[in-house]
Amino acid sequence: MRLSCPHCGERDRREFTYKGACLTPPGGDWGAAWDAYLHLRENPAGETRDLWYHEPCGTWAAVTRDTVSHAVAGSVAARDAR
Amino acid sequence: MRLGGRHDGREVRVRFDGRRLRAREGEPLAATLIANRIRVVGRSFKYHRPRGIFTAGSEEPNALVTVGTGAARVPNVRATVQEVYDGLEATSQNAWPSVQRDLLAVNDLLWPMLGAGFYYKTFMWPRAFWEKVYEPAIRRAAGLGALSGEVDGEVCEKAFAFCDLLVIGAGPAGLMAARVAARAGARVILADEDRDMGGRCLSETWEIGGLPGHLWAAGVVDELAAMSNVTLMPRTTVTGAYDQGTYGALERVALHRPAAPDLPRECFWRIVARRAILCAGALERPVAFPGNDRPGVMTASAVRSYVTRWGVAPGRAVTLFTATDDGWRTARDLAAAGVRIAGVADARFDAPESGDFPVWRGGRVTGTAGRTGLTSIEIVHEGGTLRQRTDCLAVSGGWNPSVHLTCHMGARPVWAPEALCFVPAEGGVPGLSVAGAARGVFSTRGCLEDGAARAREALEALGLACGAVEVPGAEDDPCRVAPLWHVPGKGRAWLDLQNDVTVKDIALAARENFRSVEHMKRYTTQGMAPDQGKTSNVAALAVLAELTGRTIPETGTTTFRPPFVPVSIAAMGAGGEGRGFAPERLAPSHEAAEARGAPMIEAGLWYRPSHFPAPGETGWQEACDREVRMVRQAVGVTDVSTLGKIEVSGPDAGAFLDHVYTGTFSTLKPGRVRYGLMLREDGFVMDDGTAACLGPGRYLITTTTAAAGQVMRHLDYVAQVLRPDLDVVSASVTEHWAQFAVAGPTARTLLGALLDGPPELAFMGTAEVSVAGVAGRLFRISFSGEEGYEIAVPARFGDALWRQLVALAEGLGGGPYGIEALNVLRIEKGFLTHAEIDGRATAQDLGMEGMLSGAKDFVGRAAAQRPGLTDPERPRLVGLRPVIAGEPLVAGAYLFDVGEVPKRETALGHVSSACHSATLGMALGLGFLRNGAERLGERVIAVDHMRHVMTLCDVTRPCAYDPGGGRMRG
Repeated sequence: MRLSCPHCGERDRREFTYKGACLTPPGGDWGAAWDAYLHLRENPAGETRDLWYHEPCGTWAAVTRDTVSHAVAGSVAARDAR
Repeated sequence: MRLGGRHDGREVRVRFDGRRLRAREGEPLAATLIANRIRVVGRSFKYHRPRGIFTAGSEEPNALVTVGTGAARVPNVRATVQEVYDGLEATSQNAWPSVQRDLLAVNDLLWPMLGAGFYYKTFMWPRAFWEKVYEPAIRRAAGLGALSGEVDGEVCEKAFAFCDLLVIGAGPAGLMAARVAARAGARVILADEDRDMGGRCLSETWEIGGLPGHLWAAGVVDELAAMSNVTLMPRTTVTGAYDQGTYGALERVALHRPAAPDLPRECFWRIVARRAILCAGALERPVAFPGNDRPGVMTASAVRSYVTRWGVAPGRAVTLFTATDDGWRTARDLAAAGVRIAGVADARFDAPESGDFPVWRGGRVTGTAGRTGLTSIEIVHEGGTLRQRTDCLAVSGGWNPSVHLTCHMGARPVWAPEALCFVPAEGGVPGLSVAGAARGVFSTRGCLEDGAARAREALEALGLACGAVEVPGAEDDPCRVAPLWHVPGKGRAWLDLQNDVTVKDIALAARENFRSVEHMKRYTTQGMAPDQGKTSNVAALAVLAELTGRTIPETGTTTFRPPFVPVSIAAMGAGGEGRGFAPERLAPSHEAAEARGAPMIEAGLWYRPSHFPAPGETGWQEACDREVRMVRQAVGVTDVSTLGKIEVSGPDAGAFLDHVYTGTFSTLKPGRVRYGLMLREDGFVMDDGTAACLGPGRYLITTTTAAAGQVMRHLDYVAQVLRPDLDVVSASVTEHWAQFAVAGPTARTLLGALLDGPPELAFMGTAEVSVAGVAGRLFRISFSGEEGYEIAVPARFGDALWRQLVALAEGLGGGPYGIEALNVLRIEKGFLTHAEIDGRATAQDLGMEGMLSGAKDFVGRAAAQRPGLTDPERPRLVGLRPVIAGEPLVAGAYLFDVGEVPKRETALGHVSSACHSATLGMALGLGFLRNGAERLGERVIAVDHMRHVMTLCDVTRPCAYDPGGGRMRG
């Protein structure tokens, strides 16, 4: 499996560490929005976007990929993702 | 019998089952055996029937041998793939006492009892016998070759390669595709599993572009070899297709030559290709007929490979049994080479005529004879029945395209009713196209055109211009084939030779309602041997279709999965043995510590000294106790370079740390150090450590050894994802600095001697220092509870500084201490490690709720507020000590109320750390206890059911030594 780093280009999966779905934290005190952010996940058959850390360059990337075909559409730096 | 043949190798000597044989270097061992008239090469898996050579390629089901002797011997090597070199030693398998006279051949007499599923039906009772009696006995009787059981010193390698276009297979289609792409400037890798490139060109007598096929192929290979943008990979089998154009490939680096210390045996490649073209050709399929497993029965294409390419004749009087035009090539080529053709049985009633040998139209082979090799066959044809003497029967039932790689990502092949074969589905593997016989194009001209066309498409996708392509002329005969899968008759007709599966077994499966092809496979084990049914899958499902009254596409195929050929674990895991299993991180003091005989303990990838043994000491506990007393009474030094060190800098560095830690760091003055707690987003504690302010907007933070990587990722996550508004960068500097703790009542004296004057540094202060002219940094922090310093210098000076610190400490009655003593010192003080910060602990659990700032937002603040995490009944950190001095306390023990039955439901918490405290002369522990803060002074029982330890304990505060901290603050 190969993923794209917005900084370095296409690289082997072994260079990346997976975090999870690319979501925006709600902010503020504890509530239902925080619960959803921490615990509730879509399980899409198809396009999904998740966060991967590219260890060699230290970039957090939001990678768009397809869970059915395994195709990787591309990635953007997480700091620009939202 | 040796003919001329195209292969030219010097004469060498090899051994097979101890017999010395003459061979030609580089030919397959199978050719050597044929030349020396050795017909029985192995015994079959289940019935121990004599078996010979069946094919001339990696699909071989029968001729498996063990190569080599001693620890490095390799079992289950296909004699059709193993190249011969001088001194090669091979032995037959699955036979005792010999392959000629195998006592377990008695199994063959019991065959009516040994049908599919017989194990499950026969060995059901008594149940307990299966594991102890039946299975071991069956495993001994049925089987393949065996490993030596010894450590094999020979090594394999792994490697990576990248290209624009990967061409898999170097037959007419592959050579054509590679040449078109290479001439257009693409970076091309051409991989082929044979020693020579050319595919069927090497074994056929047809011409390409006016040249004999093998010479045309050699010309193309020469042209490609001279191009800098082409990498030729002979002896390399592409084994699997994976995501994003990644392909696995196995290269036989040194299996074709005597073992050499400087060469790996095999290399497992991961090839990343922007585009790929599969030109893997096709495998000839046999026909199942009664007695078709005798040595001497071979695929027709294999017979002409041995004659034309290798110059060895598999028989003196060869018969042909064919349902195809293609099979006739064997008769013609053999006759031209001077091998006698006894006749041709063509199953078709409109078969061609021949003036050179008898042709039996509508002919079917209905039986064979010959105990250890074919002597005669029975043929039923339009004119009647006859028995024909023959020692080699070449069988041609058509060709199955090698679609395997196109199915590795889930696609299923499609039945082509005209060509009577499965062809690849479109787009089964993104970026992979298929050319030539691998997609059912069987004429040579068709393959050449197809290879060129796929290459043009690939070049277009790669954005490369393609010049005019001239496709050379070649035969363009239609490949006529009649459907013929099996011939009914008395006796067993084999489909899967490697797993001994016959037509009757398929019939039994169908009768017992295993009608799905996947169920049939598992019930009969057809296609489950190392060859994965390459010569039998299509025929087996065709038979199943016939028996269940369905069409072949209705029946469908089983799933093709990687690898295409067996790959040794040694190759796939190359480099992962011994020290290659994980990198070793060695601290700056490592060499000096080892020189003192300190045993090492793994801490993540780091190696840290457990203790420093002194003369006369009997074990680690004695050394640890001495080191603890040494720190408490004099001075000790220990290497803390393994702790994570991250430099955080930028105008917003203070605000950033405020967001990362639960406490406030933006107010920290340069030259000051503060202890901090980091939470995860879910509110649990991630790590603890210190942050030192080195100057305005510049901090150095420390992490625990094991969490350094996680914290680095987290800091980047906070900076890039949660707070991209802050101007800050983080950099790991763990490896850049050697850092040593100096702790004890005389620590200041020691540093005074080192630094030309005692340091004037308040507790939790930091300053730049010069150590013998080297710029370093001093921190006054303590993980031992004594007056403590940590001194850091660039890593390259670490060894020298360590040796100097140890010498100075020893001059003051102290010395080095290891992590056992370090652990005791911190347990006595109630300091935390990841035994406490175990991912389930909150700040409140650790008694640190006071560190959660209410004045600002920080990571984990919201989640730490949730009711489940603020429940006062949660287990909280306490100290534990046995009521009766001398009783042991073990980490991992559970805590219970006195008098309660110690079981899961009544547990109140657990012991997280325990030690023998040399300072207090008793066992001491830290643990988590429900309502712990309210239970100080009470008693609980610590129970370890695994180690049978039960200890009555007093519940205390976590800090058992110098609770006021006077010694530490000085």
